[in-house]
Amino acid sequence: MAEKRLRVLVAKPGLDGHDRGAKIIARALRDGGFEVIYTGLHQTPEMIAEAAVQEDVDAVGLSILSGAHMTLFPEVIRLLTERGAGDVAVFGGGIIPDEDSAKLKQLGVTAVFTPGASTEDIVKWVRENVRPRE
Amino acid sequence: MKTRQEWLEQIYHRGKERPVRFSTLSDLEVAPLYTPEDVKGDYETSLGYPGEFPYTRGVYESMYRGRLWTMRQFAGFGLAEDTNRRFRFLLAQGQDGLSTAFDMPTLMGYDAAHERSIGEVGREGVSVTSIHDMARLFDQIPIGKVSTSMTVNCSASALLAMYLVQAERQGVPWEQVSGTIQNDMLKEYIAQKEWICPPAPAVRIVTDMIEFCTKRAPRFHPVSISGYHIREAGSTAVQELAFTIADGLCYVQSGVERGLDVDDFAPRLSFFWDIHSDFLEEIAKLRAGRRMWARLMKERFGAKNPRSLMLRTHAQTAGVSLTAQQPMNNVVRVAIQALAGVLGGVQSMHTNSMDETLALPTEQAVMVALRTQQIIAEETGVINTIDPLGGGYAIEALTERMEADAMEYIRKIDEMGGMLHAIDIGYPQREIAEAAFLYQRQLEQGIKTVVGVNKYSIPEEIPIELLKIDRELEERQIQRVRKMKRERNSTAVREALRRVAEACRNGENLMEPICEAVRNDVTVGEISDIYRAEFGVYKDPGWI
Repeated sequence: MAEKRLRVLVAKPGLDGHDRGAKIIARALRDGGFEVIYTGLHQTPEMIAEAAVQEDVDAVGLSILSGAHMTLFPEVIRLLTERGAGDVAVFGGGIIPDEDSAKLKQLGVTAVFTPGASTEDIVKWVRENVRPRE
Repeated sequence: MKTRQEWLEQIYHRGKERPVRFSTLSDLEVAPLYTPEDVKGDYETSLGYPGEFPYTRGVYESMYRGRLWTMRQFAGFGLAEDTNRRFRFLLAQGQDGLSTAFDMPTLMGYDAAHERSIGEVGREGVSVTSIHDMARLFDQIPIGKVSTSMTVNCSASALLAMYLVQAERQGVPWEQVSGTIQNDMLKEYIAQKEWICPPAPAVRIVTDMIEFCTKRAPRFHPVSISGYHIREAGSTAVQELAFTIADGLCYVQSGVERGLDVDDFAPRLSFFWDIHSDFLEEIAKLRAGRRMWARLMKERFGAKNPRSLMLRTHAQTAGVSLTAQQPMNNVVRVAIQALAGVLGGVQSMHTNSMDETLALPTEQAVMVALRTQQIIAEETGVINTIDPLGGGYAIEALTERMEADAMEYIRKIDEMGGMLHAIDIGYPQREIAEAAFLYQRQLEQGIKTVVGVNKYSIPEEIPIELLKIDRELEERQIQRVRKMKRERNSTAVREALRRVAEACRNGENLMEPICEAVRNDVTVGEISDIYRAEFGVYKDPGWI
């Protein structure tokens, strides 16, 4: 049986337009052999959860540079759980202080990448930590 | 005498050369040496004198000997009264002009009380929903005496109207109001991505504002044609130069098609460049930009007023070059970038604070950033002579190279039918994404270095003090907006909004109806909702 390719949704919530990182990550993950769906900008948590379910993804990567990470991450996780997709791995990156990063992990965010993380690190992390959903 | 090639072969190659790629930050290959052979243009037509066509050496005749650049630090956070305090602090520190950062809801055309604003009110800038916030923002600041820059684009028409109405309420006639509103929508689709409606109606709104300011607020700059965001999104220096100037040409074309005389409005167009870390490349970019704009305005639009030909510019050091790691190093980066800005002849500048990759800057960090400019101006002596690097073989060769490469992009965009069409097919967007990806790869392969990140890194905790935004202020602002909406005259609001919608449809200039609307407490979100209904909403095509 051919191994199913992991599907990753790269999502850009919030009102800001800082999509340089999201686009680089999307492209690096695609080059790394994953199926990548990029949502485009200005997504609400509802739009992201809906896209994750519709696209049947194994992981959702959120890119947040607006400072609203403490609001947006938990909301996406809540909405995924509400839609029966609580097992989708949620990870993310952006300008996220260490103390917030620790709190986010307690709230169910599986990994938080901060400025300086390489695309290789992120591709490797997805490869080693994300499993196909049942 | 030897030619450069002979010197290379006979002398240079006898020496050692480290096995690295000698290229600019934007990856232009750089030769070991430049000589008169590398400079093609002659002095009179390519360089000329400062204050004279083609302005390569500077737009003003006496440059910094006549007047230093304006030191203009961008500031804004929290509620209007918080930013008002920071503004008054900066004015007290000797800053000459104000520059306003708005929060994401204001920038995207949402009221603080809108559901899309949750978690973002006052976070990246100041929250301004109505004229009442604008009044708090400029409390005790005489609008007739300071020049104010407002960094806002898709909702710029509403914010400009609020500023003008606030001037009116301080008793300052519009003719005396000076400042700049960014209002460069083309670069939004290309890079910064703050939009409401699609590009064509957005350019119509920009053109309305150009026309309105030309006739009613002639000291105000209605557009700041911005390369900054293009560069920050990952473009090369040449792409920044090319796409920005192509955007400028599109606005000028639109103004001319509106029936305006190019020499009536072009003198009020200004530019905004990013100043990155590659010292010579940045200086060459600033010089090439001036020469290109002067030539294009003369050749394409027949502009005669010398002020129409002058590329006057604001500049900001490159936010994207700052690192979260070893943040004190950022002070050094900013100093070098700012020096490039001054040697490149900018008219005003913002220097970034060392802590800006992490959060909004603290007062201490802002002061160091401002002092950096003051040290350049008053200690280094670089202001004593105009364009001191002019005539240097390397700088002139690089200036010519960047102009030629940027003109090649402009030629391609012309062939596509102009910038509006190029944006529709995603041309500049993809070029930038490609350049950003390439740079990231070079960084990860160690071809390019960022000190403290991919070289010389140390284990560390972020040591510097950060400015935190109190989350409770969002609730206060929401309550304030709701109360204002309950108390205002709803009949007047409805009538004012009807007038704005009518102007959207019948093509009359939008600014007068919008000014009337903000006088009647209409909010930025309500005006933007009219745009959404009348012009439709633009969606990110999500090109990667």
